[in-house]
Amino acid sequence: MIHFPVLRWGEAYKSLEVEKVVHFATGEPVAEVSQANPGLVARDMRRAERARQVLREIPSGELLVRIQKAGSLFSSAELPLGEGTQTPEEFVRQQSATTGLPEHMCRMNMAKLRYVLDEIGNILSSLTRGLNLDLLGRGYGEEDGLMRSYQANTPVLGMVLPSNSPGVHSLWLPVIPLQIGLVLKPGPQEPWTPWRMAQAFIQAGIPKQAIALYPGGGEVGAAVVGHCPRSLIFGGTPTVELYKANPAVQVHGPGFTKILIGDDQVDDWEDVLDLMVDSVLVNSGRSCINCSGIWASRHTEEIAEALARRLGPIEPLPPQDDRAALAAFTVPGQAEAISNDIDAGLQQEGVEEVTRRFREGERLVRKQRCDYLRPTVVHCRSPEAGLAGKEYMYPFVSVVRCPQAKMIDSIGPTLVATGITRDESFRRALVDARNIDRLNLGPVPTIRLNWHQPHEGNIVDFLFRARAFQMA
Amino acid sequence: MSTATGESNRERFEEARKRLDAHVEEMVQWHFDPATGCPFWLEWAASAGWDPRREVRSFADLDRFGHFQDEWLRGGPVRRWVPKALADRPVYVFETGGTTGIPKSRINIEDFRIDYELFSETLPDEYFPRGSNWLMLGPSGPRRLRLAVEHLAHYRGGICFCVDLDPRWVIKLIRKGWMDHLKAYQDHVIDQAMNLLGAGHDIQCLFTTPKLLEALANRLEDENSSLEQSGIKGIFSGGTEFTPQWHRFAREELLGSVYLTPTYGNTLMGLAASGPSGPENGYKISYYPPQPRAVIQLVDFDDSSRLVDYGGTGRVMLTTLTREFFLPRFLERDEGEREPPCEAWSWDGVSGLRPYSRFATATTVGVY
Repeated sequence: MIHFPVLRWGEAYKSLEVEKVVHFATGEPVAEVSQANPGLVARDMRRAERARQVLREIPSGELLVRIQKAGSLFSSAELPLGEGTQTPEEFVRQQSATTGLPEHMCRMNMAKLRYVLDEIGNILSSLTRGLNLDLLGRGYGEEDGLMRSYQANTPVLGMVLPSNSPGVHSLWLPVIPLQIGLVLKPGPQEPWTPWRMAQAFIQAGIPKQAIALYPGGGEVGAAVVGHCPRSLIFGGTPTVELYKANPAVQVHGPGFTKILIGDDQVDDWEDVLDLMVDSVLVNSGRSCINCSGIWASRHTEEIAEALARRLGPIEPLPPQDDRAALAAFTVPGQAEAISNDIDAGLQQEGVEEVTRRFREGERLVRKQRCDYLRPTVVHCRSPEAGLAGKEYMYPFVSVVRCPQAKMIDSIGPTLVATGITRDESFRRALVDARNIDRLNLGPVPTIRLNWHQPHEGNIVDFLFRARAFQMA
Repeated sequence: MSTATGESNRERFEEARKRLDAHVEEMVQWHFDPATGCPFWLEWAASAGWDPRREVRSFADLDRFGHFQDEWLRGGPVRRWVPKALADRPVYVFETGGTTGIPKSRINIEDFRIDYELFSETLPDEYFPRGSNWLMLGPSGPRRLRLAVEHLAHYRGGICFCVDLDPRWVIKLIRKGWMDHLKAYQDHVIDQAMNLLGAGHDIQCLFTTPKLLEALANRLEDENSSLEQSGIKGIFSGGTEFTPQWHRFAREELLGSVYLTPTYGNTLMGLAASGPSGPENGYKISYYPPQPRAVIQLVDFDDSSRLVDYGGTGRVMLTTLTREFFLPRFLERDEGEREPPCEAWSWDGVSGLRPYSRFATATTVGVY
């Protein structure tokens, strides 16, 4: 069986404790994963400075070349895995088998990661506003006749990664070229991407002493956060609440992503129906950038009905099927709990599940070893409805009737907002709204990211601080 | 550890079983005699509809008690647990739980001393030298550990230094997400241990928790020292965090030549010692309770009347049988694998101890 060891600054370590990762549909073990203990993390972090040192020995330009090579290796090479190797196609099948994500979505995420690595130079140039990266490594230097200095906040970035969507790994790809080491705690069902990416990096010439992987339970994640001066973590609202005041932790929680249609455009809502469907459905609704709320002042019943007509009939299909649009829920009881939560929300007056009219069978589909939730469109007559502010890990969207004047104050925290409006005053208000992170003005699907722009804070600003520096 | 087989061993196991049956009968007579028993059990018997003194003749007969409910230990009056025959003795009360709400309380008179004297017999003198001094680095306060470890040191001819840690506060810090405070508190505890170890007290034996042992070893190393160089020769530690992997990690990366032995204990049971654990047996840790004073059984998750087979996984069911405390068939918050009797112990043990999986998500373990 495939075995994932702990990777301690590039050195494989086989733990006495292993967890089996099973096929979501058959229950057959696909791999076993060595489980780190928190003490290993604490022990290894005593040598975290070395990770940055070995990276600083390589010029930034050379690091960028190696990272781009790693992108090519990640998406096309046979790379070491366990006792053997893994081809890209095996990677796709194995990732699908343990995460429940259809294979074509795994391929799409793989291509996304490849794109980010190919573009890494341009992405970093955008995120640093054209800064010479060698200046970050050296700590100071002149640019345009001005002395600039940046201090690394940490020699390594700790990451507690999720299992739900492999696309999130794109967030940590710019870290190595910034000469900061990687400390990764993979998601329990998704050891595949961190391992394969680490192997691609090492094969491309990135020093293995700069990379550590610690699979394990929640206490290992806590150890990563506790021992890395800067960490990036993923979690639900309770995790966000726990860490939101901690400057050492960048926490990525639910997106509560929305499409807001202005009064000036709402009569032409059919023009953006495809955009709305894609924003809800792509990647099986698993991303924080998937749309979970569509807000307008009128035509909301028609919008909900049109969406439900498109989304309601979608059924689970085998993961190998290129038409499969839904990912399986592999954690027992999770889909049922979500479905029950929705049913409770539907008890409120003025809330209707519209997909029910366009779907044969129940929302919750139980299989022998996994469950599915079929796409769900809910209409809310007012923003006060509980379901108006919900986000779930599948294609779920609330179409909410709300006057434009009250919209921004009512939507709550919103990772991505697409504003369909040409009304300059509404556009101005959206630009100024402090509860919106990524803003798209015009018909841009919420799931279309511009990688040259920051996501939930600029990672360069998180890892480095500008400071005064004088030299006589 | 080799599993004992053969005729002589079978006889030994049979003798142990008989001794347990006799002990059960004696303890039940004691706890349900109006002249000697405690108010709680006498009142229980008055409404039970059967007389334990007449009907309990063996360990198996304890099934009639059903399961001891831990809620019975919450709240007062605590005197209801003191056997009448011991009412004039000084009584200690030790607590378990209590981060929120009312903790569970168990009275103690001599049991903790007896438990640790029995445990002392399992400690090798080479690593826990008689007459050497001890450091108790862990939870004290309402817990039994401080007094118990101190008694162990006295029993072995040493003196015990103590550094306290309040696990209830640690759990609150974790739940609040106050990680800076957690780190500062751990540093505060380790600072005190470092002071004591550097003060020329000839401390050679240590009790501590796995997390504190890691922190102490790392701090010593930060200061160009080590557990070994600090003079420590033997350590005992315990809890469900003391897994085979953790033991291996400690042995390979923290301890040098310092000896470390695992234990499993709590306020309700006493202390279970472990057989040898190391690379030769994959660091497997098997605990054996101090029978007949305490008995551990591994029962089916869904049917607690059924013992699992040897090697099978079950929930820990504890029975405590001392003159101070009678606790029949208490379902613990731990699970593990049932271990057969062996050369050193003529009764069942448990390995692979971990938090009970059906409660595990709601339990904070290994916080100190």
